[in-house]
Amino acid sequence: MNNFEPKIVGFCCNWCSYRGADLAGTARMKCSPNVRIIRVMCSGRVEPTFILKAFELGADGVLVLGCHPGDCHYVEGNYKTARRIPLLKKMLTQMGIEEDRLRLDWVSASEGDRFVAIVDEMTEKIRALGPFKKNSKEAKHG
Amino acid sequence: MAKLKVALYWAASCGGCEIAQLQIGDKLLKLVEAADIVFWPVAIDVKYKDVEAMPDKSIDVCLFNGAIRNSEQEHIAKMLREKSKIMIAYGSCAYGGGIPGLGNLFNRELIFQRAYVETPSTDNKEKVFPQTKFKVPEGELTLPEFYDTVKTLRQTVDVDYIVPGCPPEEKTTWLALEALIQGKLPPKGTVISHSIKAVCDDCPRKKGVKKIKKFYRTFEIIPEPEVCLLEQGLLCAGVATRGGCGAPCPQANMPCTGCYGPVEGVIDQGAHLLSAVTSVIDSNDPEEIQKIIDDIRDPAGTFYRYSLPDSLLRRARIK
Repeated sequence: MNNFEPKIVGFCCNWCSYRGADLAGTARMKCSPNVRIIRVMCSGRVEPTFILKAFELGADGVLVLGCHPGDCHYVEGNYKTARRIPLLKKMLTQMGIEEDRLRLDWVSASEGDRFVAIVDEMTEKIRALGPFKKNSKEAKHG
Repeated sequence: MAKLKVALYWAASCGGCEIAQLQIGDKLLKLVEAADIVFWPVAIDVKYKDVEAMPDKSIDVCLFNGAIRNSEQEHIAKMLREKSKIMIAYGSCAYGGGIPGLGNLFNRELIFQRAYVETPSTDNKEKVFPQTKFKVPEGELTLPEFYDTVKTLRQTVDVDYIVPGCPPEEKTTWLALEALIQGKLPPKGTVISHSIKAVCDDCPRKKGVKKIKKFYRTFEIIPEPEVCLLEQGLLCAGVATRGGCGAPCPQANMPCTGCYGPVEGVIDQGAHLLSAVTSVIDSNDPEEIQKIIDDIRDPAGTFYRYSLPDSLLRRARIK
């Protein structure tokens, strides 16, 4: 367990959070290396299917980052995400997946420090939860 | 022309698919004209050993309904696959796992505990559970092994076609049978239905702007007869479900529950439906959104009603 390095898939929107991540990089801020960033045009593009697929392929956690409410490049894409994620979390709980393995947050293009803080926090949370094993022994017949 | 040899089988299912097969009515006569039924446990007395004795690929078509929930069903599925030229997953259970597939929210231990101990009508102080083997003076008795995880037919054997529905509508069944009788078969893997679009495409209800402040369960409201049910706050799965059924449920004031499976190109029906449903919530305030979502009591059971074993996650993790 001590050597466990969480694999986190991070969906970042092109207009705010990806640039926030970029800023953290260019400013050489120190940040956990556990998040694999996938750039999407908008957090609203992140279908629940993408998130389930990430878990299915072995992600220990999924981070969805978008523009702050009111700042969406597409006016209301992030609001759609804000409606989608809570219900998905509820469903994931039924599927035996801890709520903390999925996180939605907002990072603007100027918030490199906020990006770092969220990534570090998420990494520690997932580290505490341990690896996500897709199916336990029940999967032996399929 | 030689008559087609047809086999029909039921695995983890309710028997509704057999009713649906009989429901084609006088077309049954056309079927019997073109085909001999060689195996059909619900109607004719042919034993497993008789099927075992048939040469490989001697059956032309097997219509297999039901999910794979125990070792007997898996064994028969594999045997019928060997004996049949064409294997058809008939109905929601064979296709996506169906209602028995919701067992994947639990495991064998939890299901046995519930079924043989906790149910109010059960008196089982000694906690007797089904055993795969049991010795009696007369010899050894056996039962099939009950699996932790329900599988679809496609996860068990190679499947050629799918006929969706719980149960498949008469016209969908006939579409498949007619294609078989005439030998005009679609490409392998086709989901045989009159439509590749959503149920909404079949549904005559008026569709306007969808903005939902509250979700209702079906017994809580009497819906307007002509307006889209989702617009009225009923969780209608039509938006994310393959059509071709003709939308009989919405026309009878009942929301679609999703039995025809995902629309063409979608891999996870539940995730797709969840996405569609949440997009119509009329609020930007996190607290209000949470309150609206709280009305959806059982998202996994609602969105994956017929397709949990076929979903990306396939089953719940049990700690």
